Amino acid sequence: MNISWYIVLSALLFTIGAIGILVRRSPMVILLCLELMLNAGNLALVAFSREVGNQQGQVFALVVMVIAACEVVVGLGLIVAIFRRKLPLDVDDLRRLHG
Amino acid sequence: MEAVLFFIAAIGATVGAIGVVAARNPFYSVLALVAHLFSLAVLFLLLTSAFIAAAQVVVYAGAVMVLYVFVVAYVGSGHEPKWDPVPGQRLFAGLLAFFLFVEISAAVLSSGLRALSTHGPDVPAGFGDPAAIGNLLLEKFLVPFEASSVLLLIAAVGAIVLAARKRSGEPGGDPRNGRQNGGGATPPGHSAPEARPEGVAPAPTASSPTLGAPR
Repeated sequence: MNISWYIVLSALLFTIGAIGILVRRSPMVILLCLELMLNAGNLALVAFSREVGNQQGQVFALVVMVIAACEVVVGLGLIVAIFRRKLPLDVDDLRRLHG
Repeated sequence: MEAVLFFIAAIGATVGAIGVVAARNPFYSVLALVAHLFSLAVLFLLLTSAFIAAAQVVVYAGAVMVLYVFVVAYVGSGHEPKWDPVPGQRLFAGLLAFFLFVEISAAVLSSGLRALSTHGPDVPAGFGDPAAIGNLLLEKFLVPFEASSVLLLIAAVGAIVLAARKRSGEPGGDPRNGRQNGGGATPPGHSAPEARPEGVAPAPTASSPTLGAPR
């Protein structure tokens, strides 16, 4: 398969994740859609690393995975904290910082 | 054979991604994301990066998704309203995403990278296996490797601080604990002299420790 197929697939997955972030309002699903976008970036990184014939892009993809794990941990901690305070889990209701 | 595998994995990844966005129940979104991640691992294997594929399955589909499932089970599936707060939000989101897709594809495909339309160069047998990635991580990228480990530690501590139940640090938490820990002798003795002149007050003072008790 040509590398360009992988790149187009990565763009498609990134776009689907972007739609999810724009449309959904539950913070948990927004985190999942962020995962989709990060994974699309990972796919592009690995595809480019295969295209160049160099493994350094794969190390970069590994670091992206670490960043995604950190983001998930902090985001889920925030969601649990919001749920404990009995605030609505809806990003349209949570737009004010002090409310 | 490679093309067949690519298209199967690509369709699986796309359907999984659409399932994440479209499922109303967050639990189904998580399950769709697991399917998506497995399809992506197949794609990584096709790109001869075995270690990334293994890490994807173990770290993502194994650990992170379990975290998601636990939080979804704890928080529960909220009721997301079906109406748009901004009229036409979904339409505009779809249009924007379509243009984004066209733009990314055009920017990459017309970038003049000639190797894009090839399979990529022939690589040696150990390309992307754990030994090669480990050598790179510990020799060339040692500082980013250590920095990412410190970042993971900070994120774990931060998540504990964020999600921990506040017991004594809260301003309202201390007197409640003191009232519970002080035994049953002090609150009645304390509230009785205040309550007697009014005569109505014993009911609320008696109910306030019982309100505080289940928390």
